[in-house]
Amino acid sequence: MIEAVGLTKSYGKTLAVDNLSFSVPTGRVTGFLGPNGAGKSTTMRMILGLDTPTGGSALIDGKRYRDLHQPLRTVGALLDAKWVHPNRSARAHLQWLARSNKLPAKRVDEVLEIVGLTAVAGKRAGGFSLGMSQRLGIAAALLGDPQVLLFDEPVNGLDPEGILWIRKFMHRLAEEGRTVFVSSHLLSEMALTAQELVVIGRGKLISQSSTEDFVAQATENTVLVRGPQLGHLRTALGQAGASVRDEGAGLVVSGMDCADIGELAARTQTVLHELSPQRGSLEEAFMQLTGDSVEYHTEIADAPTPATLVPAGK
Amino acid sequence: MTLLAVERIKLFTTRSPWWCTLIALVLTIGFGALMAGTSDEAIAPLNVAATQFGYGFGLVVVMVMATLAITTEYRFSTIRATFLAVPNRPSTLVAKATVVAVLAAVVGEIAAFGSWGIAGAIKPNVDLAINTAYEWRAVAGVGLVYALSAVVAVAVGVLIRHSAGAIAVLLIWNQLVEPLVQLIPRVGDDIHKWMPFNIANKLVTGNPDPTTRDVLQGPPPSDAVLGPWPAIGVFAAFAAVLLGIAIVVANRRDA
Repeated sequence: MIEAVGLTKSYGKTLAVDNLSFSVPTGRVTGFLGPNGAGKSTTMRMILGLDTPTGGSALIDGKRYRDLHQPLRTVGALLDAKWVHPNRSARAHLQWLARSNKLPAKRVDEVLEIVGLTAVAGKRAGGFSLGMSQRLGIAAALLGDPQVLLFDEPVNGLDPEGILWIRKFMHRLAEEGRTVFVSSHLLSEMALTAQELVVIGRGKLISQSSTEDFVAQATENTVLVRGPQLGHLRTALGQAGASVRDEGAGLVVSGMDCADIGELAARTQTVLHELSPQRGSLEEAFMQLTGDSVEYHTEIADAPTPATLVPAGK
Repeated sequence: MTLLAVERIKLFTTRSPWWCTLIALVLTIGFGALMAGTSDEAIAPLNVAATQFGYGFGLVVVMVMATLAITTEYRFSTIRATFLAVPNRPSTLVAKATVVAVLAAVVGEIAAFGSWGIAGAIKPNVDLAINTAYEWRAVAGVGLVYALSAVVAVAVGVLIRHSAGAIAVLLIWNQLVEPLVQLIPRVGDDIHKWMPFNIANKLVTGNPDPTTRDVLQGPPPSDAVLGPWPAIGVFAAFAAVLLGIAIVVANRRDA
């Protein structure tokens, strides 16, 4: 269980993380979602004791990371796959890590086997592709067989095969009953991987809920109604309990399906030019929720969907 | 012990320490051979101190090695991986400084006795027996100076974090600031007497045996006013204070 209470980090006048409180339940995969620059990495670094919070605290099983004895046995983390000396072999990298937490040397070969790097264990890590580096990073995270795992943007920049591998791996870790906290700026990815979601924007908590709830809320069905005279219909819809908002010349109705709205329109003798169901995508919903909290807006009219916008990460 | 083993693995699984060790040995022993080969019995006979002519050059290389041992950790963020594995930053950095200092000491002793040995091999007729305390310090003292200088270099590396910056500071300080400070009118000489590397140098070159010491031979002598052992004690304290500052800074700073 990871618990952040009032976590705050400021760099001069810039507030990177702003009074953030959330909890990551034991034995589940929790997604940590937010646009680029929302403060995900900073938060993870504070949880792991690398950065000192300006205020608040982050506890893992009730302890600060820096107070953990042999922390690799409790927490495994992959923040950046490139945190490896390029001239050191993959095996040597894992050897010094294992030694630092008094883990048996044979554990190095075990984790190399788990991530499928046995064949290249003696090769210098600097020559690894991103996918291989990512595997090495995961091997390092698994060294101490920890119950808590943190991954920062693990699928970033990976090819589809690599993404699939990571995704399966997360599921496997969760099935083994481990607590997994994984950050991403891709909601679609998180919808496939995470059971719980912590969503932040501009360093502030936007929501914490199960992925199901978040997706249900995010993909709420609405109906677009257009016509020359919608006044009566609008009143009738309101009375029938639907929520209505204006969009251009039309209305967006939620809480009622097309059939019911059509009936109401007939009863109020309203001419309709359009009656069409709208299904919001996950990305749109995510944008809606976090839209105000994206740090660097691009002023592009009719911007492409975020899914195609965001290859880069930290 | 665990942390020492960790830092030992880290140090010897990269290439730069091996290269630096090799270069330091070639430089110092090479100069020892050069001094022996070019010495002229009629003008200035070879002596023990003269065989250590290259010790200052080796010192520079050893400090580069020590700096790289820590700055490459910042360069490749393995320092973060280290702090994740061992959140106790002071212990980690002390272990790092210790391992690097031990390597520097070993390099220093091999360089010193290697230079002395090769000189003896080239000029077998010259008496190069190490008899006096001064001669012992001139040879065996090299390892101690290298070790403490390596600690200074690690501390500077932690504080500056960038290889180029840290190496530049150390080399400019050692090679330019300390000699050039003497050019300041009136006070320059007095300041120079208390410059740290000049003080360290006193161990190896200080209190010469007047019968064997020729100023033209061997490394330039130190003009520090302290005796050789108090001098190296002051330099050790200087290294410890600098490392202490570096540890406090690293402990408070975001990794």
